Amino acid sequence: MASKRYATVDKRICVACGACENICPLGAIKVHKGCFAKVAQDKCVGCGKCEKVCPANSITMESRVNI
Amino acid sequence: MRKGLPGKQYYNGKQGEHMKTKKKHWYDYLWIWSIVYFALGFFNILFAWLGMVDFLLPLILAAFGGNKFFCNHLCGRGQLYCKLGGDLKCSRNKPTPKWMASKWFRYGFLIFFLAMFGNMVFQTYLVASGSENLREAIKLFWTFRIPWGWTYSGSIFPDWVAQFSFGFYSLMLTSLLIGLIVMIFFKPRTWCAFCPMGTMTQAICKLRNRKAISDK
Repeated sequence: MASKRYATVDKRICVACGACENICPLGAIKVHKGCFAKVAQDKCVGCGKCEKVCPANSITMESRVNI
Repeated sequence: MRKGLPGKQYYNGKQGEHMKTKKKHWYDYLWIWSIVYFALGFFNILFAWLGMVDFLLPLILAAFGGNKFFCNHLCGRGQLYCKLGGDLKCSRNKPTPKWMASKWFRYGFLIFFLAMFGNMVFQTYLVASGSENLREAIKLFWTFRIPWGWTYSGSIFPDWVAQFSFGFYSLMLTSLLIGLIVMIFFKPRTWCAFCPMGTMTQAICKLRNRKAISDK
C-alpha cells in the first residue's frame, strides 16, 4: 500500500542542484543525468522534506489518485 | 503516525537499504574545504588559485560525465549553506522568489558573471603585459575596493599570477557573500537556484543528454 501523497518535480524549473536528493530519507528522489530531479513514486512516502528544501520551488506534493 | 503504512514494504524488508543510502561519504565533509579556502585567502592570496578546482571540475564532470555530480555531492559551498541555513537554522526558510529561479535571471546572471570573469582575465593580461601595475586589493560586489596587501609580499611568480589571485578571490568571496545573504532571507541553498556554475553545468548536461531526456 502506498502513501497518500508523493512528490512531483516541475522539470522546467528544476535546477538539478541535488538538495532534494541529499535530504530524502528514502533515496526516492535523484537528479537524472544532471538535468532535473526525478521521483521514484513507488518509494516516495510523501514526507515533504524535498519540497521544503528545494531552492527553485520546483517540487510540489500531490495526492495519489488510486491508492 | 502514518496508519496507512504497513510495516512490510517500508520498514522491514528495505531497512538495510535505507541505511545504505544515508551512509556518510568522504565528500560529505567538503564544507570544511570551503571554509579552509576562504581562510587561506586571508594569509596568502596565491591560495586563491586552488579555487580553479571548484571552477573546472564541475565543467569537466558535466562535459565528460554528463552529470551534475559536483553540484549534487562535491560542492563544498552548497554543503556549507546547508549546514548554516539548515542545521544551524540561520535561514528564514522562505520560498525563493520566482524571478530569482527563473531562466531569464539565471542566464542573465551567468552572462554577467562570465563578463566579470572576462574582465578579471583582461586585468591579469594588462598586468602581464606591463601596462598596469599589480593592485594588492580585492573588489567586493564588483564595486568596493578593499586593501588586501598583507596577503602578498612578492613571490617567485610574475606579478600577473598575483593579480589573477586577487581578482579570482574577489569573485569567490563576492559570490559567497551573495549566497549567504540569500541563504538568510530565503532557503539555505537559494544560491544554487542561480549559481552560474550550476546554470552552466545544467545547460551542458541538457545539451549532452537531449536525446535521453526528450522521450521522457
